Amino acid sequence: MSGDSFLASAQQIPSGAPARFRRAALGPLIYLVLALVLTAAVLVFPVSGYSLNLLMQASTYAVAVLGLTVVLGYAGQINLAQAAFFGLGAYSVALGTTTLGLSFWIALPLGAILAALAGAVLGLTSLRLGGHYLAMVTISFQMIVTLILTNWISVTHGPDGVPGIERPTLFGLSFSEGTRYLALCIAILCAVGYFVWHLRSTRLGRAMQAVRDNELAAGVTGVNTYLTKVLAFTVSALLGGLGGGLFAGGFTYISPDQFSFNESVVFLTMALLGGARSPFGTAIGTGLLILLPEWLRFLKLIYLAVYGAAVILIMVFMPEGIWGFVNKFWRKVRPSLAISLDHLAPLPLTLRTCNPDGSVILEVRALSKHFGGLKAVDNVDLKVAHNTVHALIGPNGSGKSTLLNVLSGIYRPTAGQIDLAQQDVSRLPTHQRAASGMGRTFQNIRLFAAMSILDNVKVGAERPGNAIAGGSKGLEQQALAALAFVGLAQRAGEAVGSLSYGHQRHVEIARALAGNPKVLLLDEPGAGLNHLEKDALVNLLQRLKGHGLTILIIDHDMNLVEQVADHITVLNFGRRIADGKPADVLRNPDVIAAYLGEVSAHGAT
Amino acid sequence: MGFNLQLLFTGIGVGSIYALVALGFVLIYRATNVVNFAQGDFAMLGAFSMVVLAIDFGLPYWLSIILTLIALLLFGAIFNLAVYYPLRNRSFLPVIISTIGASILLENGVLAAYGPRPQSLPTVFSGQGITIGDVFLDSQYLLIIGLTAAMVAFQFLFFERTFIGKKLQAVSQDKEMAALLGISVGSMIMVTFVYSAALGGLAGVLVAPILFVSVGMGSSIALKAFAASIIGGFGEVTGAIIGGLILGVIETFGAAYISVPYKDAFAFLALFVVLLFRPQGILGERVAEKA
Repeated sequence: MSGDSFLASAQQIPSGAPARFRRAALGPLIYLVLALVLTAAVLVFPVSGYSLNLLMQASTYAVAVLGLTVVLGYAGQINLAQAAFFGLGAYSVALGTTTLGLSFWIALPLGAILAALAGAVLGLTSLRLGGHYLAMVTISFQMIVTLILTNWISVTHGPDGVPGIERPTLFGLSFSEGTRYLALCIAILCAVGYFVWHLRSTRLGRAMQAVRDNELAAGVTGVNTYLTKVLAFTVSALLGGLGGGLFAGGFTYISPDQFSFNESVVFLTMALLGGARSPFGTAIGTGLLILLPEWLRFLKLIYLAVYGAAVILIMVFMPEGIWGFVNKFWRKVRPSLAISLDHLAPLPLTLRTCNPDGSVILEVRALSKHFGGLKAVDNVDLKVAHNTVHALIGPNGSGKSTLLNVLSGIYRPTAGQIDLAQQDVSRLPTHQRAASGMGRTFQNIRLFAAMSILDNVKVGAERPGNAIAGGSKGLEQQALAALAFVGLAQRAGEAVGSLSYGHQRHVEIARALAGNPKVLLLDEPGAGLNHLEKDALVNLLQRLKGHGLTILIIDHDMNLVEQVADHITVLNFGRRIADGKPADVLRNPDVIAAYLGEVSAHGAT
Repeated sequence: MGFNLQLLFTGIGVGSIYALVALGFVLIYRATNVVNFAQGDFAMLGAFSMVVLAIDFGLPYWLSIILTLIALLLFGAIFNLAVYYPLRNRSFLPVIISTIGASILLENGVLAAYGPRPQSLPTVFSGQGITIGDVFLDSQYLLIIGLTAAMVAFQFLFFERTFIGKKLQAVSQDKEMAALLGISVGSMIMVTFVYSAALGGLAGVLVAPILFVSVGMGSSIALKAFAASIIGGFGEVTGAIIGGLILGVIETFGAAYISVPYKDAFAFLALFVVLLFRPQGILGERVAEKA
């Protein structure tokens, strides 16, 4: 936890690509070979009849369930209409190839796009609201789609369904034969599986996981949470439509009951059972639930009842599904990825913010935040100068945290203006404030609990407006440099939950640092730390100060505040009661009265 | 005019059922912050219990109602222990999915036991109803409207005038603070589930003579009841009632004037419209997360 590790790591800069990157490049290659082998196996060892049907169902369902991996597993949003999206894709192919006489290759993407559009509209209307609304809206959508498929007989053929769907040909190669079509489905499934697997280590994928783990923290770290959720939902619907289109070609006959609400629940269970957070889990869950009816044939009548009970039991005993369950043991056996710190460049943040002329970077003018009759922040002015540590203190309930929340955009101000580097940010949403250079930490640590330490910090480094050269490698370097600064680079690959409380605080600070903030807001960083951890924190803050970072800090620990602050503002009952140099402010009788009550004011006379 | 009044009466009757089920939703939501997607199955169980007791066993109607309500009180307790309690410290998502699992289990359990053929149940009163002007007031609908009004009044008095009601309110507003004040949060949540299950069962008993008693009856009522509570303003008791009545009326008029096959779609369309233009519902919900 000392500055030494930062300096030490900055000095060692040998050459050669780190082992990690070489291994990462091997992954896709192995996957490609496996996918080709799997596809070829179907062609070489043809299956027929019932097994062919089961495999066809499994591979097309799996494409749709991968959509749930994205929306539910990555982004943490519920989708109870996947069967409806699946149905949109299936009916597009069915009606497109029969009624409209379109080519399969046009009808299939058309169906996927149609489903994606429906998903986008649905997401846009409901994702601003909480999860319950989304559950309800998706169920409603599912119901409406089922009603239309059943009742709009002139177009959809109603409950009778659509027979005689044609399978495609491509460059003279016919897929009409069952095995070939299955090979096509499996090839597409493998491609989609790779896309979903890769997605989670992309910027969008990390943003989704951040939203899932802590939406509020994701917002102040620079993630456009609403857009991210809408995108996740759209991708999910797209994959649902794609799977449905393939399904229609596979079975050549479809009817509305194949796309009912019950099927949506089946899709959801497949994702959950296997483990929604991983495409491998999805594959396991889909395969298992398609085979399960065969194995449970003797239970036929109560099969679905057993199924319902299984859903409850999975939720209670295996919240992360089979894959999550296996993965937990796997992680114990195989320790986390060793990360090479051999050639780490120092964190550039500190050089950039240096502007020692004492000008104001953050200016708050007549800011108020009222909750009904409660004036939590009342007409407060505040000026934070470049390269200073500015402390905001005051008794409990004096409005400090509310002020910080207004500054970072979690609350809309009732009145007043906030200028960050001469730019008015008072009306910007949280992620845009992060984009304009406002970084923050929370009093009750808010990390992305299911992501690794490194990924937590990467999300911070990826804030919009923080240009990082060198693609994914540059990003990793930036994140590792930030972790090295707080002394945790060695543990970058571990789970966040494995860290002590004090170290989690440091990760939260590193996450903000990685984004090169213009101003760092620290909300009671000393809260809950023991005195050793507090010493480490003071050390860290002094190093940040030494590098010239501008910090606005709230804390109750006067010892800590005195050690780091250049300037103190005191709030009481939402109003500013003192402002100035630490020595002057802490002797101010109003401040003493605010902290110790009226008695001391009398005692002073 | 008479036709429209007739529709209005029917709509309010249907809406009362939605309101009754929505009330159960809202109570559980307020106590646990999760939506119980098996709420409608409480109604389904109530209706099937009536079929078993009053028809298969030939018990008197009034006795069957009492036994049904007692059975659902017990069932509410079991439901809480099996479906909610083990997941109480998790986020809302696992709990929602767990209640969906419970719904599948219940519906298919009943299906396995009773088969897919819908059952029917006679009305409570043998008399048909009364006619005022052009409007025929069916006795069962009058009973539904009357009992719903009575339950709403009871609930109001229970929450506002009794000590246990105050404790329930405290738990729904701030669990931690309530626990610190010595209120047993676990038992308050238990009371909520037990009461909500009975409320759902009552709705099932009342609606059974109007609809066929089928395995799926509960979930379709519950979906609309949930839509109703969002339309009215989620988490608000008054909102649930207003939303339920509005939805019942919309649906009845929609079926009469626009399309019968799409009757079920009107509720969901109404929901979309509300979410688009007034997402907090007619009465509004407090939304704010503390940092």
